[in-house]
Amino acid sequence: MSALLDAAWSWMRGTFIIVLLCCSPSMHAAQAQQSGTTAGKPDVLSPTILKNLSITADHSKFKELQGPFTSGPEVTRACLKCHNKAGEQLRGNIHWTWETKDARTGRKLGKMHVINAFCTNALGNEGMCAQCHAGFNRAGPDYDLDKLENIDCLACHDNTGKYFKTVVTPGHPLVRKKFAPKKPVPWTEAAQHVGLPTRTNCGKCHFYGGGGDNVKHGDLSSVLFDPPREVDVHMSPREKGGAGLVCIDCHVGEGHKWAGGHYKLNVGDDGKRPPGMPRRTLSCAQCHGNKPHPNTALTGWRLNGHTDRVACETCHIPAFARGGVATKTFWDWSTAGRLKNGKPYAEEGYTQGNGKHRHTYASLKGTFKWGENIVPEYTWANGEMDWLLPEDAFDPKKPVFINRPLGAPDDPKSRIMPFKVMKTVQPYDKRRNVLVHMLLWGDNDAALWGNFDFARAIRKGMEIAGREYSGEFGFVHTRMFWPINHMVAPKEQALKCNDCHAREGGRLHKLAGFYLPGRDTWPWLDMAGLALLILSLLGIAGHVALRIARGKGKKRNA
Amino acid sequence: MSRPGIMSRNDTDTKAMADDEPRFLALVQIYTLYERFWHWAQAALIITLLFTGFHLHGSLGYMTFHTAWKVHVIAAVALMILWVFTIFWQFATGNWRHFVPLLEEAKRAPTFGEALRGWLTMVWRIARYYAWGIMRGEQHPYKKRLRRKHNPLQAFAYFALMAFIGPVLWISGLALLGWDFWRGALPLASAETWRGIAAFAHVLGAWLMLLFVVLHGYMATMGKTPLYLIKGMITGLEHVWLTEDELNYLRTFYPDRVVHVEEPARATAGK
Repeated sequence: MSALLDAAWSWMRGTFIIVLLCCSPSMHAAQAQQSGTTAGKPDVLSPTILKNLSITADHSKFKELQGPFTSGPEVTRACLKCHNKAGEQLRGNIHWTWETKDARTGRKLGKMHVINAFCTNALGNEGMCAQCHAGFNRAGPDYDLDKLENIDCLACHDNTGKYFKTVVTPGHPLVRKKFAPKKPVPWTEAAQHVGLPTRTNCGKCHFYGGGGDNVKHGDLSSVLFDPPREVDVHMSPREKGGAGLVCIDCHVGEGHKWAGGHYKLNVGDDGKRPPGMPRRTLSCAQCHGNKPHPNTALTGWRLNGHTDRVACETCHIPAFARGGVATKTFWDWSTAGRLKNGKPYAEEGYTQGNGKHRHTYASLKGTFKWGENIVPEYTWANGEMDWLLPEDAFDPKKPVFINRPLGAPDDPKSRIMPFKVMKTVQPYDKRRNVLVHMLLWGDNDAALWGNFDFARAIRKGMEIAGREYSGEFGFVHTRMFWPINHMVAPKEQALKCNDCHAREGGRLHKLAGFYLPGRDTWPWLDMAGLALLILSLLGIAGHVALRIARGKGKKRNA
Repeated sequence: MSRPGIMSRNDTDTKAMADDEPRFLALVQIYTLYERFWHWAQAALIITLLFTGFHLHGSLGYMTFHTAWKVHVIAAVALMILWVFTIFWQFATGNWRHFVPLLEEAKRAPTFGEALRGWLTMVWRIARYYAWGIMRGEQHPYKKRLRRKHNPLQAFAYFALMAFIGPVLWISGLALLGWDFWRGALPLASAETWRGIAAFAHVLGAWLMLLFVVLHGYMATMGKTPLYLIKGMITGLEHVWLTEDELNYLRTFYPDRVVHVEEPARATAGK
C-alpha cells in the first residue's frame, strides 16, 4: 500500500511542484528542492576511536610518565610538562570552573551558583561533589582555580578504564564508609595509557549524575556503555547494528572547548558549516542537516517540513530511561533523616528493568520515585533557559521552576523539544521565599549526612554561601527541566503522526498557541456542519419515505 | 473542415429563436466520455478526500494519520490535475456555459430582468416539484435541453460548487500543503494566523462539500426512476428535447449520439 502510494506520488510530483511553485511567494521552493545532506546509513567510523588507534606516540615509553605516581597533581604536572598549553585551555572550561555565564541575562550559572533539584548545592559540599565534578583537592569554596596542577587530566584521558575518582574529604563518620574508595587509584598505569576521551571517561561521571545510575538526566545511563540498537542508534556498537560513536564524536571541539551542555541548548541549528569549519555547536543537524528525511518520498518531504518547528529528538526519542535503568522522577527531601537504631538506612522498593533494586527511601536523601520508558514532556524551546538563582524569590504556593525553557510558537527560533521534568520537594527559607543552601558533607556537627538535622545543615550552608537566612525553613515543590537528547531510537521506533496529530490524548495535547492538524478544531463549526448533515439526512429519509408512500406505482418523467 | 459547435453557436436572430421550439424528445448522448470520466473520477476523489480529510481533522479513526495524509495529498493533487484538464476541456468545448446560471436564459429573454424572473419562477417550480410534485407523480417542470442540460437549480448548485466550494478547498488546501514554501515570506506570528485561517476555510469547505455530496447523491435518485439519472451519468444517454435544427445538427455531425427519437411533441413542450 505504502509503496504504491509513493509510486503514485512520484508520478504526480512534477505537476505538483509546478503548482506549488506558482503559489510560492518566496525562494524557499528552490531551497527545499535540494535534497538533505550527508544523512544516510551509519557507515561512519568513530573519528575518536580511529584517532586513538592511530596515535603516533606510545605514552608508556615516555620517561616522564614512568612514575611511580601517588597522586593526581603529580600526574597532571607530568602531563603539562609536554602538553604545556592544555592547562590554560582548560582554565576556562566549565568542567573546571563549575561556572558559566548566561548570555541572555549576564548572570552567573553553573553548579557553583545554582541550587538544583537533586543534591541541591555544590557550594560547601565540594569535598563530596568533586568526586565527579572535576578538580583534585577541591575541598571547599576557597579553591584556587589558577593552580592548574589540580586539573584532573586522567578523568577524561585515561584509556585503561581503570581510573576512578574518590571523594576529597572524608565526611561524617556515620556515612564515611559508604563513600570511601575500596581500592587504590592506578595512577601510573593510567598516566601511561592516555588518549582522546572515550565513552568510559565521560560516562563514569555523566551516566551517574545526581548520585547514581541515570538519576539525573534520564537519557544518560550506564546502558549507554554498550547499548543495543533499540536504545541508542549512535552509541550502540557496530556489531550490534549501531554507529559505534563515542560522546566526543558529536560533542566536538578542540583546544579543550567542546559543544554541549544544558545551561544553553542548541535548538535551531541548521547544520550548515563552511568547509573546514569546526562544528562546535552541537546538534543533530551537524551531521544530518535540517532535511534529513528523503525529500523524494511524500512522507519524507512532509517530515522535512517539520524540522523547523519540531526538534529531531521529539520524534526520535519516543521515551527516555530505556534499556533497563530507571531514572529518578521525584525526590522528597522532607522525609530525610529517619534512622533505624540510630543509624541511617535505605529501602529498595523499586526494581528496574535490568533487575537491580533502587532506593525508594534513604535516610540521607529522603523519598524517591523512579520511572522507565518515560514519555517526555514537550515544550517550545529556543535554547535559552530561565534559571532560578538562590536569591530569586518565588511564590511557595506554586511549583517553583528551577529552570524553564524559553520559547513560544510564534518565536522562529523555537522548536518543540522533549524534556524530563524532575519533581522535588526541597528546603527553602520560609520567610524570604528563596531556596536554601545546605551543608550535606563534612566531618562536623552541621552536615546533614551524619547529623540528620536540617536546621543546622541549612544554617551552616547559608553561612558558607554568605547568604541571609531567616532561620525558618520549610519545604517547597520544585521542578527542573532536563533536555532529552540521547537514546535516539531506530527510525522504525520514531513517533508516528498519530502520536501528536490526535484529537485527544496526543503528546502535544498541552501545547497551546498554534494550530495542530488533527488535534485542533473549531467546535462550533463542526457542530454546525454535523447539524446540517444530520438535518439533510433526516430530510432525505423523510423524503424517501414520502416518495415510497405516495409515489408508488405512479410514472414520472424526466 | 471544422464542425460548428452547437454550444458556441451565437444566434440572436429572432427568427432563429422562433425555430428554437423543441419538438423532438430524443434519447441522446448528452454526457461525453470525458465528461463522464471527469464526473466519476472527481466523485471518487472527492469522497476519498472527505474520508481521509475528516481523519486528518481528527473526526474519524479508521486509518492512521499517516495513511490518511498520504492518500489525501495524492488524491488532492490528482483532483487538481483533473481540474486543470477539465477547465481546459470546459472552455475548449464551450461546455462551461452549462454551469453558469442565467447565462443561456439571459440570452433568450428580451431583458435580463425577465430572464431573472423566469429563472426564479423555474427555481421555485423545481423546488415545489421536489417537495410536493414528485410525490404526486407530476412531471419535472424543467425540460432538459441540449443547450441547457442542467435545470436552473442544478446549474446554480454546480456553479456554487465550482466557483466557491471548490476554490475555497483548493486554495486553502494548497496553502496548507505549501506552508513550508510561503511561511518564510511572512513574520511567523502572522504566518501562523494565516495558516489557522486556511485550516478554518478548509474545514468549512469540507463540510459544505460533504453536504453537497450527500444532497447531490440523493437528488440523483429523483429522475423518472431512482436509477435513471445515475444510469445516464454512466452511459451518457438521457432524454432531451431537441429543436429541429439541433436534431439535424446531431444527425449530420454526431449521428452516434442520437440513439432514438420519439414522435414530435405537442405545443406544450418547451415552455
